[in-house]
Amino acid sequence: MSTKYLSIEYVSKSFTRGDTTTQVLSDISLAVHKGEYISIIGHSGCGKSTLLNIIAGLTPATSGGVLLDNREVREPGPDRGVVFQNHSLLPWLTVYQNVRLAVDKVFARTKSRAERHEWTLHNLKLVHMEHALERRPGEISGGMKQRVGIARALAMSPKVLLLDEPFGALDALTRAHLQDQVMEIHATLGNTILMITHDVEEAVLLSDRIVMMTNGPSARIGSILDVGLPRPRNRLELLADPTYTQCRAAALDFLHRKHQYVEAA
Amino acid sequence: MSSTTQDLNTLMTNSSPSAPSLARASAPDVMHRLRKRANDAAKTIITPLLTLALLIGLWELLCAKPDASLPPPSQVVTETWELIVHPFYDNGGLDRGLFWHLLASLKRVALGYLIAVVVGVATGVLIGRSVWAMRALDPLFQVLRTIPPLAWLPLSLAAFRDGQPAAIFVIFITSVWPIVINTAVGIRNIPQDYQNVARVLQLNGFEYFPQIMLPAAAPYIFTGMRIGIGLSWLAIVAAEMLIGGVGIGFFIWDAWNSSRISDIILALVYVGVVGFLLDRAIALFARLAARS
Repeated sequence: MSTKYLSIEYVSKSFTRGDTTTQVLSDISLAVHKGEYISIIGHSGCGKSTLLNIIAGLTPATSGGVLLDNREVREPGPDRGVVFQNHSLLPWLTVYQNVRLAVDKVFARTKSRAERHEWTLHNLKLVHMEHALERRPGEISGGMKQRVGIARALAMSPKVLLLDEPFGALDALTRAHLQDQVMEIHATLGNTILMITHDVEEAVLLSDRIVMMTNGPSARIGSILDVGLPRPRNRLELLADPTYTQCRAAALDFLHRKHQYVEAA
Repeated sequence: MSSTTQDLNTLMTNSSPSAPSLARASAPDVMHRLRKRANDAAKTIITPLLTLALLIGLWELLCAKPDASLPPPSQVVTETWELIVHPFYDNGGLDRGLFWHLLASLKRVALGYLIAVVVGVATGVLIGRSVWAMRALDPLFQVLRTIPPLAWLPLSLAAFRDGQPAAIFVIFITSVWPIVINTAVGIRNIPQDYQNVARVLQLNGFEYFPQIMLPAAAPYIFTGMRIGIGLSWLAIVAAEMLIGGVGIGFFIWDAWNSSRISDIILALVYVGVVGFLLDRAIALFARLAARS
């Protein structure tokens, strides 16, 4: 039985402004095992990004805590690598320099300069961006930028990889291509991944478990779906797979029937 | 093979040009490109030149009468011909060619502007980062920056007791405000995305400043610098009229006192051109810095 690698325990989050307090998350508890791929889905405004930010340490939880490898995490750090929705590449650095920045910071003491160079190239090769090393973010497409963002997060050798709607801003074809690359990376590296997505198909294709959140305010975990599909997964073969169809139906049912989207309360 | 496939095949072969025909097409192609570039250059240069010629012609007509208060351009050129063709002469003291006057003014601007950039960026970063510094200093800055540069001159002369440092102080106090304000705005407007990246990487202050803060704020800082150089040049010409010594402002004032209107007009043209070149120089510097 695999141990709890990442443990989210009774996390609640409220935002206060003046006299009004809005509770966004209410008592979220989740145990993630090492090497698992978890997707979090829910309607807009249910606090998915807030939850991810709390795990990343970018926002503090109002109550409850997050434990990674039995240590509490409150501050951001390279052990939880984040891939932002807007790639967040620094526009004045080249593709290579953007990843190298992360590598130099994380491995300043543990790797030599030559090793860091090799490690940067290795991670860029993982996302198939080794041909665009000297380009600036302004010169590459959205899909490429997101790939570099993933390379940068991976280059930190994080314990957990956090993806915040990483493919939301991309067209369907690029999205499919990147999904395949993330699956490949997950298979190669066996890392623990948490991904926020709106796309049910994406969630079923990529994850081991799908966490489905209720609507905000005071969103909770509605239910957790176990995706029992064997790996490696092929999207074309899955179309005919009954388990895939069932999981997809369950997720869609949750989103569109049980917890229909309601305009801000 | 069906007819459709045959048609498709013909389509495929016709769509790819053979190599020899490409080579033959290149000579007239080059000519066409050259002609187009010449055309574009002509449009950009000839239009303002024509307008300029028209305006000069108009000026010539308006000032043609002998009792006109300003000389027509033809007279300006004849009277200042010596100055135009001998910009480097040096008869000692204040009697020098226009090159030396412009150089003296530029030297003062360079020094005052440099001090303004260093102090301005540092102060801008301070009030951009620290809310308390902003609360403490911003109201003071808002009042001080409305004081016209020449109004600082008497105070500056009293404090420094010498024309040179007084003029440099006036340059400084004129150009520092846009640099401070624009830098502060740039620092305050660093996108949350970059700050999140810095936080995940756990960059400390010494790494954050040169790697994220300065590059992100650079466009704003350079805007402030471009405004500052323009204001500096304005201020020096005015200040030199009052202080004297070698300088283009002194030259203009001296020409006025000797009723050499043509000399004034010539000096104004030179002042405008140099001001334009200074602005271009800062813009070029900004472009090169952004590329590095």
